[in-house]
Amino acid sequence: MYNEKVMEHFINPRNVGEIEDADGIGEVGSPQCGDIMKIFLKVEDNKIKDIKFKTFGCASAIASSSIMTEMVKGKTIEEALKLTNKDVVDELGGLPAPKIHCSVLAEDAIRKAIQDYREKKQKVKNSG
Amino acid sequence: MTRRVYVDNSATTPIHPQVIEEMLPYFTEKFGNPSSIHSFGREAKQAMDEARERVAGAIGSRNDEIYFTGSGTEADNWAVKGAAYANRQKGNHIITTKIEHHAILHTCEYLEKHGFDVTYLDVDEYGQISTEALREAINDRTILVSVMFANNELGTIQPVEEIGRITKEKGIYFHTDAVQAMGNIAIDVNKLNIDLLSVSAHKIRGPKGIGALYIRKGVRIDNLIHGGAQERKKRSGTENVAAVVGLGKAAQLVSDNLREHVGRMTFLRDRLISGIKEKIGHVRLNGHPIERLANNVNFSFDFIEGEALLLSLDMVGIAASSGSACTSGSLDPSHVLLATGLNHETAHGSLRISLGEINTREDIDYILEQLPPIVDRLRELSPLFKQCEGGKVSV
Repeated sequence: MYNEKVMEHFINPRNVGEIEDADGIGEVGSPQCGDIMKIFLKVEDNKIKDIKFKTFGCASAIASSSIMTEMVKGKTIEEALKLTNKDVVDELGGLPAPKIHCSVLAEDAIRKAIQDYREKKQKVKNSG
Repeated sequence: MTRRVYVDNSATTPIHPQVIEEMLPYFTEKFGNPSSIHSFGREAKQAMDEARERVAGAIGSRNDEIYFTGSGTEADNWAVKGAAYANRQKGNHIITTKIEHHAILHTCEYLEKHGFDVTYLDVDEYGQISTEALREAINDRTILVSVMFANNELGTIQPVEEIGRITKEKGIYFHTDAVQAMGNIAIDVNKLNIDLLSVSAHKIRGPKGIGALYIRKGVRIDNLIHGGAQERKKRSGTENVAAVVGLGKAAQLVSDNLREHVGRMTFLRDRLISGIKEKIGHVRLNGHPIERLANNVNFSFDFIEGEALLLSLDMVGIAASSGSACTSGSLDPSHVLLATGLNHETAHGSLRISLGEINTREDIDYILEQLPPIVDRLRELSPLFKQCEGGKVSV
């Protein structure tokens, strides 16, 4: 059902956890469809210095979260925004067709976290 | 090598060695067609008769009320479509439940497209229908009530005896899908006033691809499969003699060993249920606490998803199943769990452990040793779960 790389990320997911003073947080999905992905970002000099995730979902949702965090870590915000769900699927070496939505969730999650980061930054700017 | 523990017996069971042994000659030297009049044919015909007698014996019916089918699903399709079309002049209303197997639900949906009205009865939190609601649902066009004997996911046993009383009183046919019940509970079609009953061999340590429909003498039912005159002109197609023999032997074994089997399963089941409750927090036993099959355990584990749980268990050799959407190919979790009022996330986090003859106390203890750390790990990954100070948990 899943390839070795997906299983490897499911068994040993990278960057699991939360960042307490995160610069951006993105939560996507819903319990209805059985997937919730939450991403925490730490940004420095426009680069993703640290990223953590927590995911409620199936093995492919956990693997997609894990590999996505690896792919964007150290990247600039602009580079991270270019990440697509297809990149996530390719990096995982493929996902079964009914599981593609998990990779979409990963793309949505990073975008939402960046959006949150930008909004927070804007607020600080305005109030400052 | 990792230990392997198979606890998915409601999905299928391994064929019993005695069943295989009896089947084998019918693949080789006793290969005859039961419809032939020569000795080869008569030999096969005799084996069919004996198997029929054994299946009848297991459910308390007459021999000539047993018809072999290609599966439990075929038996369900035949019972519902056959009874519906044969009694159309009497009415077009069918009553079933929201927690039936898809072999019944999708058949009923098909019939709805062809002019039949179907009432899908609700179930309570334990997965049981209300016989009061059944009474109320019956109208003068009702021709068939189809309620499963026991549910495949929850193990919940329906009030079959009371349903049989009601349908008999009203003169309506009563079909029950006994695929999961057979072998795990005593069945007597006369005592329970059952008119049609479906069974499947591979759930009771027989081979796959063979089932049977019990049709009470006098019940009006159309054929599903048309062709030659096999099965007393009711179900055509050259008989799968070896499989029929296998079903017969399996039925005989489960009925001979029923008491002992139910006792053993109940002991293992209860040990597993109390062990899980003791070792893992935030769990919910799905299904009826008492009126449940002796071999069924079904829990929901809050904050985690079933497929991830199944895969993790599989990695330590434990084979179980889940009502999670991710294991069904659809986006919705089990219709059965949702019908009991479970919310989506709890339904997604369900685990069914179905025990069988092959399981031992050591298997149960192995599950109880492996499951808690797996649940812990997945909860640590879950944003729905927060470990608070002092070990208390909040959402």
